Amino acid sequence: MSATFNPWRDVAKPLLKGFMVTGKRAFKKKVTIQYPEERREQFVRSRWRHVLTRYDSGLEKCIGCSLCAGACPARCIYVEAAENTDQDRRSPGERYAARYEINMLRCIFCGYCQDACPTGAIVLRKDFELANYDRDDFVYTKEMLLEPVREG
Amino acid sequence: MPKRVETIVMHDSATPVIGDVQKGGGVVLAPLDTLVSQARANALWPLTFGLACCAIEMMCTVASRFDLARFGSEAFRATPRQADVMIIAGRVSKKMAPVLRQIYDQMPEPKWVISMGACASSGGVYNNYAIVQGADQVVPVDVYVPGCPPSPDALIYGIMKLQQKIKRPKGSFRELQLAEGLGRDLQHDDIIDKRISAKAGK
Repeated sequence: MSATFNPWRDVAKPLLKGFMVTGKRAFKKKVTIQYPEERREQFVRSRWRHVLTRYDSGLEKCIGCSLCAGACPARCIYVEAAENTDQDRRSPGERYAARYEINMLRCIFCGYCQDACPTGAIVLRKDFELANYDRDDFVYTKEMLLEPVREG
Repeated sequence: MPKRVETIVMHDSATPVIGDVQKGGGVVLAPLDTLVSQARANALWPLTFGLACCAIEMMCTVASRFDLARFGSEAFRATPRQADVMIIAGRVSKKMAPVLRQIYDQMPEPKWVISMGACASSGGVYNNYAIVQGADQVVPVDVYVPGCPPSPDALIYGIMKLQQKIKRPKGSFRELQLAEGLGRDLQHDDIIDKRISAKAGK
């Protein structure tokens, strides 16, 4: 270790070393995902926004059993069931969910509701764009969660 | 609505002062205002305020894969004096609440708050004595980002939402209503009306 200043060792060599890294990286594939324009493919088992699904016949899968609400560790699901009648049939079972609300701010997207559901009615899909301005907008009602009836 | 919500609306830095609207500031200075809000929206310097696991995702957002620098927000500041937006990333404990408020007060106007994740927004699973049930009990929150934790793209979506809010034209009648604390009540009634009509429709 010499205390004297050496232009090659102290300036040029580290500088070249740094440029080497830049030069190597410059021609490699870019890692950045230009998010709003291009989206990365979500993982197969990623869990985001809930959807209440239907059978092919258009009947709701949810039978209003509240097992999802019981399994929820954050207690963010509220289910109110009502009886099906022959005039007003919404699900194949005896009952259907008259009210189904999820507080998206409380929800931790653990997927326990999906596991608990006996009919596979509630599923967590991959729509992650949930941010909003107002607390009141985060209580997702049944109308917002329910899948629209498929055409044909 | 409880009074607390009204005071939060009054603190909201994005709402204009009532005097401005009455003086016609919204008409004469509108182009300048647009320019200023564009500049503000595209250079949001966040405050380094990671409280828990959400902070890991917040760091990931700044890293090269998602690159928050594309939105002008790469400069995370360690001092509140140089920050524009506070990203509350993680659960706010009751012990941390006064600190959070003090740091918010130390930030220069205009300032915004993003509540990131379930815990910061509502307490999440931690519905207990130690955790503040929503950071908006302490500071006014502009954008809530749900998720546990929100992925970097979800946080970027929240930041884009905040940019939209900043860029929104000010001085409209709607904003005046909000500033007077009327808008919130009207909006709330609207939601209740919607729920009632949805119920009646069944």
